[in-house]
Amino acid sequence: MSALTFTLQKALQFSINCSALTPNHLANKSVSEIASLLIHYGKNQLRVDELFNISGHDTQNIHFKNASHQFDYLGANMSSGHIHIEGDAGAYLGFGLKQGVIHCLGSTLAFAACNMQNGLITIEGNTGDFLGGASAGLRKGMSGGTVVVKGNAGDRVGDQMRRGLILIEGNAGDYCASRMIAGTIGILGNVGNYTGFNMKRGTLLLTKIPQLHATMQDCGTHTLPFLSLMFKYFATFETKFSSFSALRAQRFVGDSACNGYGEILVISPDLTS
Amino acid sequence: MLINGVQIDDTFAEAFNMRGTRVIITAQNLKWAYHAANAMTGFATSVIGCGVEAGIERELTVEETPDGRAGISILMFAMGSKVLMQQLETRMGQCILTCPTAAAFAGIASEDHINLGKNLRFFGDGYQTSKLIANKRYWRIPVMDGEFLCEETTGMVRAIGGGNFLILATSQPLALAAAEVAIDAMKKIPNVIMPFPGGVVRSGSKVGSRYKTMFASTNDAFCPTLKGLTNTELSPEIESVMEIVIDGISFADITKAMQVGIQAICNLGAASGVKRISAGNYGGKLGPHHFKLHEIMVGSV
Repeated sequence: MSALTFTLQKALQFSINCSALTPNHLANKSVSEIASLLIHYGKNQLRVDELFNISGHDTQNIHFKNASHQFDYLGANMSSGHIHIEGDAGAYLGFGLKQGVIHCLGSTLAFAACNMQNGLITIEGNTGDFLGGASAGLRKGMSGGTVVVKGNAGDRVGDQMRRGLILIEGNAGDYCASRMIAGTIGILGNVGNYTGFNMKRGTLLLTKIPQLHATMQDCGTHTLPFLSLMFKYFATFETKFSSFSALRAQRFVGDSACNGYGEILVISPDLTS
Repeated sequence: MLINGVQIDDTFAEAFNMRGTRVIITAQNLKWAYHAANAMTGFATSVIGCGVEAGIERELTVEETPDGRAGISILMFAMGSKVLMQQLETRMGQCILTCPTAAAFAGIASEDHINLGKNLRFFGDGYQTSKLIANKRYWRIPVMDGEFLCEETTGMVRAIGGGNFLILATSQPLALAAAEVAIDAMKKIPNVIMPFPGGVVRSGSKVGSRYKTMFASTNDAFCPTLKGLTNTELSPEIESVMEIVIDGISFADITKAMQVGIQAICNLGAASGVKRISAGNYGGKLGPHHFKLHEIMVGSV
């Protein structure tokens, strides 16, 4: 059975809310039923077939073609299946994702993996602010699952993150791991200012010592056995993090401004195990 | 039944239901893994006095351990889940937490879980950190040598304890030598332990005693120095009896261990001084699992 494919027919003037186009929403629906579904386009609602050419039948394997930054809420609250995005995605990619796999070949706007609970999101390009963060009004962000970003991420990566794993192969912006509650964030590139701001718990893995504020305390360089388990787990994903092996890390703990015990572990290539 | 000149009695070993668990202990090297494992399984020969029966199952290669270090798997058995939990937590706290570089991980999958580091984490006094990796929760407890790493729980399974056989020989050194040969062979069998010192028991017991406070006492029918006094099971040429007790995850595991052990002794032949192989039972009234020696040795189990 071929993948259910939505190909954008024309350039968009407004954003589309794609939250209805997930495997769990479309399961057991015929192509004609899917075509007649109404989705938000700007302030209006349009039939799906007014925006997309629809082909294929496999609702558990959905492809979006000609996707752009105006595709919001792709894979929102998805609980099964696979979404493959050829192009970019808008805001809230994988919002509240419960289970399943989302693979975006392009870049995304802000709030990717917001409130995510489980599953896997891979972003081949860059992503915006608040990756893995909480939606407005909530006090806890991402609570499970894994996000792999091959490019760069914006500000506030993992803001109020509660659990889960974020791996960024590029750089991250300011306030990385801000207000982080638990979970793990790994960043191969550089991070911006105020890293670990108000961090309570959780682990931020870096490869370079960032400019840290005074309330992040240097606890020295140590061999940490748990890193071997972590790296073994990293190796299950297609990412540059799978080459990590050194168990030596310089450990910074904070943010003591909020009595936090979050940790920033700097794993340098010259720190051998 | 006669195998290579050694008589196999037409009897059976009587065994009981138990609860069991497996823990994987790793350390900087095998030397320290053994220090931890030996402490953890010390004073754990019999549930009668120790609460649990525990032993080292085998060494693990670095590929087999979760953290890629040298490791040892241990098995622990108790008569009930509550005792097993209590003993595991106590021994984890006193033997593994305290042992330099040691870490502990779940060694068996089950729907029933018992605490490994779940409560031990409070030793961290608030500085402990949890990590959820691949849906398994680990605790990192800061200690003076660095960090103690421990999985939160391990599995608990239904198991069997008390599989056994007796080695009847013409002298004490010959009985012990045969027992050592059997133990060497049985140690290669997975999912079983022989919890007594060196895997061998010299003080097999019977149920009851002439003293009110004792619920088990010496198995006088198999004591060679009492041959003239009791209703002995021993012929005149038997001077020493050694027992091997086996606890295992399943009936099949214990059967296999008994078969391998008895066969190893029989391979020595009657010239080794071993005249008979027997087994301990209580008339079949106490334990639901009966390991019949003849059936085991003809491979019909």
